[in-house]
Amino acid sequence: MLRIICFLTAILASGLSYGDVAAVYDFDSLSEEQRYQDLIAELRCPKCQNQNIADSNSPISKDMRNAVYQMMLDGASNEEIVESLVGRFGEFVKYKPDLDSRTFMLWATPAIAVLGGLLVVAGVVVRSRRAGTTAPALSAEEQARIDKMLANRDQNDNG
Amino acid sequence: MYPELGQLALILSLLLAVLLSVVPLAGSLTGRDNLQAFARPLAAGMFVFVGLAFAVLTHAFVTDDFSVAYVANNSNSMLPWYYKFSAVWGGHEGSLLLWILMLTGWTLAVAIFSRRLPSVMISQVLSVLGMVSVGFMLFIIVTSNPFDRLLPNVPADGADLNPLLQDFGLIVHPPMLYMGYVGFAVAFAFAIAALINGRLDAAWARWSRPWTTVAWAFLSVGIALGSWWAYYELGWGGWWFWDPVENASLLPWLSGTALMHSLAVTEKRGVFKSWTVLLAIVTFALSLLGTFLVRSGVLTSVHAFASDPERGTFLLVLLAFTVIASLVLYAFRAPVVHVRSRYGTLSREIFLLLNNVLLVSATLLVAVGTLYPLVLDFLDLGKISIGEPFFNLTFSPLAVATGLLLGVGTFSRWKKTDAGWLARKLLWPLAVSVLVSTAVMAGYGGFTPWAFLGIFSAVWITTATFWDLWDKSSSRKGRIHGLKRQSRSYYGMVLGHLGLAITMAGATVVSNYGIERDVRMVPGDVAEVGDYQFVFVDIGERRGQNFTAQYGSFDVMLDGERIAELHPEKRQYAVGMSVMTEADIDAGLFRDIFVAVGERISDNAWAIRLQYKPLIRWLWLGALFMAAGGFLAISDRRYRIRERAIEPSENSSPSQIGTQGVAGVVS
Amino acid sequence: MKRFWLFMPLIVAVIVGVVLFAGIGKDPTKLDSALVGKPVPAFSLEDLNKPENSLNESLFQGEVTLLNVWGTWCPACRDEHADLMWLAREKNVVIIGLNYKDSRDDALVWLDRLGDPYRKVIYDPKGTLGFDLGVYGAPETFVIDASGVVRYRHVGVVNGEVWEQILLPVINDAREKG
Repeated sequence: MLRIICFLTAILASGLSYGDVAAVYDFDSLSEEQRYQDLIAELRCPKCQNQNIADSNSPISKDMRNAVYQMMLDGASNEEIVESLVGRFGEFVKYKPDLDSRTFMLWATPAIAVLGGLLVVAGVVVRSRRAGTTAPALSAEEQARIDKMLANRDQNDNG
Repeated sequence: MYPELGQLALILSLLLAVLLSVVPLAGSLTGRDNLQAFARPLAAGMFVFVGLAFAVLTHAFVTDDFSVAYVANNSNSMLPWYYKFSAVWGGHEGSLLLWILMLTGWTLAVAIFSRRLPSVMISQVLSVLGMVSVGFMLFIIVTSNPFDRLLPNVPADGADLNPLLQDFGLIVHPPMLYMGYVGFAVAFAFAIAALINGRLDAAWARWSRPWTTVAWAFLSVGIALGSWWAYYELGWGGWWFWDPVENASLLPWLSGTALMHSLAVTEKRGVFKSWTVLLAIVTFALSLLGTFLVRSGVLTSVHAFASDPERGTFLLVLLAFTVIASLVLYAFRAPVVHVRSRYGTLSREIFLLLNNVLLVSATLLVAVGTLYPLVLDFLDLGKISIGEPFFNLTFSPLAVATGLLLGVGTFSRWKKTDAGWLARKLLWPLAVSVLVSTAVMAGYGGFTPWAFLGIFSAVWITTATFWDLWDKSSSRKGRIHGLKRQSRSYYGMVLGHLGLAITMAGATVVSNYGIERDVRMVPGDVAEVGDYQFVFVDIGERRGQNFTAQYGSFDVMLDGERIAELHPEKRQYAVGMSVMTEADIDAGLFRDIFVAVGERISDNAWAIRLQYKPLIRWLWLGALFMAAGGFLAISDRRYRIRERAIEPSENSSPSQIGTQGVAGVVS
Repeated sequence: MKRFWLFMPLIVAVIVGVVLFAGIGKDPTKLDSALVGKPVPAFSLEDLNKPENSLNESLFQGEVTLLNVWGTWCPACRDEHADLMWLAREKNVVIIGLNYKDSRDDALVWLDRLGDPYRKVIYDPKGTLGFDLGVYGAPETFVIDASGVVRYRHVGVVNGEVWEQILLPVINDAREKG
């Protein structure tokens, strides 16, 4: 709770000082600008309630955006920029988890699920092939009801 | 005085719910009709008392009764009356009251629209719904009572409704969403009843299906409304963030879609019964999981309602009890003996089963992606984040695969489809789809593999659906007759599938061809986004009912002509001093133009967010189509003319009423 | 065998339930530091009290210290201040302060009024060292060993309980292993 107060106070405090944060950056080309937008969308604000640093106005997000921009100006690649931030704030700030032994099950889930499902379907098809083609016999009463229902349906259909 | 009456009404409804859980169920197990007869009146009574409680809370809001803690925390005397009305569900306690209102409402609806069901079945269904109600009523009364009072220190005024919620979206999104979430309780109740009384057959599927479809339709609308609301309200043009709370609503939707399709097979062919029952249980379990996740604080989210460990624990116990009890019942009572039925590799049964594989895989993916950080934290393996990049990478292939499968499966026939015949049927749609997709991509400029796959899937679904419609509507008596001959259920399917195609097209195009720019502008500046020029005309102040705002004016030009005048705002609310960004949007069927005012950079320079969003409205339009399809399907009259359910002692005569007769997806 | 498979969903549900239960009450915003096991990043910043002096990472060499990140704008820092004074006085803990994104004047007035538990205070108005340390909100307290390597980061206020149960064990461990 106290942390929330701190955080809110920080926001208000920073909002009151114009000019200390440039919210907008200039780029040489549209593709660089797009690269920046993509990067900040993939990085998570460590403080917020699940927001990327593009959408968050907390001071730490602004600092991180600034760092991304500076690193882009210095010519760093996307991996280098992300690694540099991860080195400070931890894996938490990456929205795309690494593929390592910890997250293997995560990345493998769709493949395992689909493959498993396909195996089940194959099993169903095979089992159905082995099933008999005879349907259980109908009792006289059931046969009569079926005849009646078929007659009704034919009537409705022709109407 | 009134809040206490509301409290009393809740307690009374709890008592009725307890009776409903026990009495008709006991009657059904012992064959005593007089006990079973209590089911409907009890359901009605339960709803009446919850309705009363809800009315009392609404009254407290509308009359500014700040002695009620919940009203004081979520309202304010300056709040416009329509927001006071919807603030009732703007916070945790009130939204739960809405939940239980929906649940008792659905229970009553089941009680009313089931005259033709066997008494044993309906008694058990209503009893199960009663049990779920008991759980939630207990939760409300014990941990989340909206009627708690702040006596004797009644605050002079309330803390105000969060400005983000002071919007039309709050009026519509939660009710629609809850209608869906809660509606799946009905399918769940039918499943549990079938497990209890052992009567799991095609008739059971026929009864369950309309309830499932309606819940699904409402959930589709609810999710679409949420996405739309976030888009125009939050100010940065996003429409889906894969946030845990958003995922929580998507999970029952994905599972519910699988359930809907599985029910079709069970109804038509009497197979896959165990699987369908499991899906019904799982879908509702996912609804409950969603309810838990957004209120327990276990996962961080901008949308989270509450993060209270005590409530979280209670809710988890409730959830665990419901799910575990149902799954134990399932494990012991689900049939293992398979219906001896034969169907070929390319039969409709198999295509629908494959549909289920993909949808359930998608469900699993979203569930694992949402809960994985919890698992790693539990195992002390650190804290990671899983967000958009992950889900986009893994979900898109599944979506595309589902679309492709849909197109092929549209032509499949029950029991057996000839491979050669099927291949020949697909040729025209394939050719058309390739052409149209290429044209669309050329139109938007730029080929990327995923854009192509997404657009192709959407077009593929559309052409296949229309080709099938063309095929089926051919008749010796002419095309019109052929079209009229198709059932509403069939048209429901057509609309539903078209809706999916529209949504997929919207999602693909806006993700791949949308442009987003953050630019620094002073009045007089012009910025370019794609083919559009944005002229920053002016920015000044204006006052609203409970806020002051920086009011910007922008002209949007295309080919030298002014096509829109936009007025984004940055509002400061009087109570609570919170600052809100109100974007202005020029909406169009084929594109949105989006402007939002960001931070003030210097005396007259502002950070402005400009966006071009092609086909974004299709996302939500598609969902509306899907919902319309659902509603159309359940209105199918052909199967409402039904003989009374098979009970030898009754005299059977066809009757006209009852809406539970929806049969096969195709003729 | 068939019936066995029907129990699978139940088993999965129980496992998920256990994980969810364990997650209740945990604070999802408390992150582990990415710098644990790494040395304090290089920096060159002014001493808050003596602007003409420049401080750098060698400040942390020689003994185990606490690095406390604080600011006058942070109410929780105000709350923990008395505990920090107590730690410095009673427990003989060396605390280095990092005045994060603050104004020098405000900070000096604050310390003057409330007392100064810090051996030295690093003045970081732009938050550059804070950023390099992965600070995302005050107050935060780091345990740094005698060779200047970060051993632990605590997010939130430091009080008696936090000291006893969290910081002291880490400090003792750092002292033993040098």
